[in-house]
Amino acid sequence: MDRRELLKMIALVTGGAVIGGEVFLSGCKNTPDKVAAGVFTAEDITWLDEVAETILPRTSTPGAKDAKVGQFMTVMVKDCYPEADQNIFREGMQQLDEASEKAYSDSFLKVTPAQRVELLTKLDKESKEYQKKKSENDNEAKKKDKNAKASPNHYFTMMKQLTLLGFFSSKEGATQALRYKAVPGEYNGCIDYKKGDKAWAT
Amino acid sequence: MANNTYDAIVIGSGISGGWAAKELTEKGLKVIMLERGRDIEHVKGYVNANKDPWDFPHRGGRTQQMINDYPVLKRDYPLNETNLDYWVKDSECPYTEVKRFDWFRGYHVGGRSLMWGRQSYRMSDFDMNANAKEGVGVDWPIRYNELSPWYDYAEKFAGISGSKEGLEHLPDGQFLPPMDMNCVEKDVAARIKDHFKGTRHMFIGRTANLTQEHNGRTKCQFRNKCWLGCPFGAYFSTQSSTLPAARATGNLTLRPFSIVTKIIYDKDTKKAKGVEILDAETNKTYEYFAKIVFVNASALNSAWVLMNSATDVWEGGLGSSSGSLGQNLMDHHLGVGASGVMEGYEDKYYYGRRANGIYIPRYRNLYNDKRDYLRGFGYQGSASRQGWNRDIAELTIGADFKDALTEPGQWTMGMGGFGEILPYAENKVTLDKTKKDKWGLPVLAIDCELKENELKMRKDMQNDAKEMLEAAGAKNVRSWDGDGTPGRGIHEMGTARMGRDPKTSVLNGFNQVWDAKNVFVTDGACMTSASCVNPSLTYMALTARAADFAVKELKKGNL
Repeated sequence: MDRRELLKMIALVTGGAVIGGEVFLSGCKNTPDKVAAGVFTAEDITWLDEVAETILPRTSTPGAKDAKVGQFMTVMVKDCYPEADQNIFREGMQQLDEASEKAYSDSFLKVTPAQRVELLTKLDKESKEYQKKKSENDNEAKKKDKNAKASPNHYFTMMKQLTLLGFFSSKEGATQALRYKAVPGEYNGCIDYKKGDKAWAT
Repeated sequence: MANNTYDAIVIGSGISGGWAAKELTEKGLKVIMLERGRDIEHVKGYVNANKDPWDFPHRGGRTQQMINDYPVLKRDYPLNETNLDYWVKDSECPYTEVKRFDWFRGYHVGGRSLMWGRQSYRMSDFDMNANAKEGVGVDWPIRYNELSPWYDYAEKFAGISGSKEGLEHLPDGQFLPPMDMNCVEKDVAARIKDHFKGTRHMFIGRTANLTQEHNGRTKCQFRNKCWLGCPFGAYFSTQSSTLPAARATGNLTLRPFSIVTKIIYDKDTKKAKGVEILDAETNKTYEYFAKIVFVNASALNSAWVLMNSATDVWEGGLGSSSGSLGQNLMDHHLGVGASGVMEGYEDKYYYGRRANGIYIPRYRNLYNDKRDYLRGFGYQGSASRQGWNRDIAELTIGADFKDALTEPGQWTMGMGGFGEILPYAENKVTLDKTKKDKWGLPVLAIDCELKENELKMRKDMQNDAKEMLEAAGAKNVRSWDGDGTPGRGIHEMGTARMGRDPKTSVLNGFNQVWDAKNVFVTDGACMTSASCVNPSLTYMALTARAADFAVKELKKGNL
């Protein structure tokens, strides 16, 4: 990525900043001395795979599980998230199961696919509202104190972001759900597009 | 001793150092090029260049470890997983920030020519007359007509693609065919032209990416992975262009891991005898001798080498007699612009990844335009269709959501400004002897800030971007003024400026150090003013011109 790519990222009308990345524009002030143990088990990865698959299921093209998104999420959380966000993510895994217990008297892995979709749809709405309010509060706080700390992110926002990134930048996602050409060879600034044609992966 | 003697020494192997080595060796001189960092071999050394996105464990992002290890680099986009090895490890090479200055460095063969943005523009007489006309800094000792043939020369070798626009304030050059604008960019360009009645122009960027085979190099394959190093050699870098040319003469010796600690000055001849280096791997000291020394260590490090070459004649360093060595540090200020949505065009898309965007050259304070600040700014930007990382408000999760994201979204168009920073004596670098780098060498203290002129200009940069996008029909236009911290332009300039008077400048009109005439500085340090155009092409032209002069003077017995 260079400056132009950066501009493209800014230009995107996204739902919010990329969590843990501090990738764009803002310098990271959060540099913990020790990164939390963030160790995930094989069961955790299976569990995350199912959450990711519910967000991006296999259709006529591969889904999140095919792209090993659960594994990817654990790598990102362990390596790229600040300690506080790691903890939110870990606790979020529990909270999600608890929400499932409460609604369907069973943990997420044991409920039906329809119930999974229903639950995550609800969580998606909840997290969007939460992040919107958070962003407003953070902006207010920043107006009063430039160095005000941002309030915590919603765990489901993290899971969804990582699922999207992990899937669409995977080989399966980029080459089958999207279109990818390693060496385009030429540039044509104006080609016809018809509904249904896939987007370029990069 | 004999095999430590050459005709010329070139300090640094980036854009200008590579050019110095090429020109001097092609004119028959035996040259040693000293590079402080490791070698990166063309193609073979570009270890990530052929990887796909999924080959990177964090998909190009940054880990907490990287954020800890790179306290400066993390401040902007350069800290990433894909070309981490091309950037200086901050912990090994600290510097002192009297005021915050983001210094993004590449210490290896090729320097930042491997990672540069490749935008290549000529300065004009509007730029070169400005200091004298406005009483700012000192007058450029040369004018465009003296530089123009050297721009031709540099462009013909480097390979610059672009369109001829016939603008006096952004002169045309020897271009390879231009890249395409996409459908939206073409319409935006036409609407800007209409709306501003031909006073503002938008066209495809002029870039050092080849659009056809050129001097034995392959054309651009539109992968947009330039900053990983190009296995096709399709953009100008030391590795792809000047280094092979210099090597072909049989006159070049390249010595990596060679930190030049000082230029050795001979009081009797009033010239440099050679340089002293510290081997970065063994910490051993060596001396090299030559008739000519070209200093191309990048603007701030060239100033460092000169300052660290203090003698009892000049305590402030070689070239310090005027007092301006290290002063007048400039960059381009950026991080300000606007973007918006372009409705329609749903039946249009593009093929290939174009490592180039559009350019809107300066229009402020030119011809009949007059603002409450001096100079101006240009814009770079592009239009594209949104990808999977867009927000789809009406969808949440599941199959429909996934299918929607596999199609491209709306078109957006964005642009960001590159503004001129005036030369101020108090924006400067000095030696900080209280702090040492990994090799025990004193570090630079950087004291630089934007002042009133730049801050006023930024208001226009933000408002004009919004105004132009709205005039072009963009919707939901958002403008921003983010972070204009100096250094982020990665265009450091001015710390050993050219001038007409040895009392107020470090270099004369041929980049010759007034105080030691066989020493030439032809990187960004030499710039008398910054203009608002990307500067590297100007360094190429100035270097070729200075090398030509140096060899002629040498033959005349004047050096």
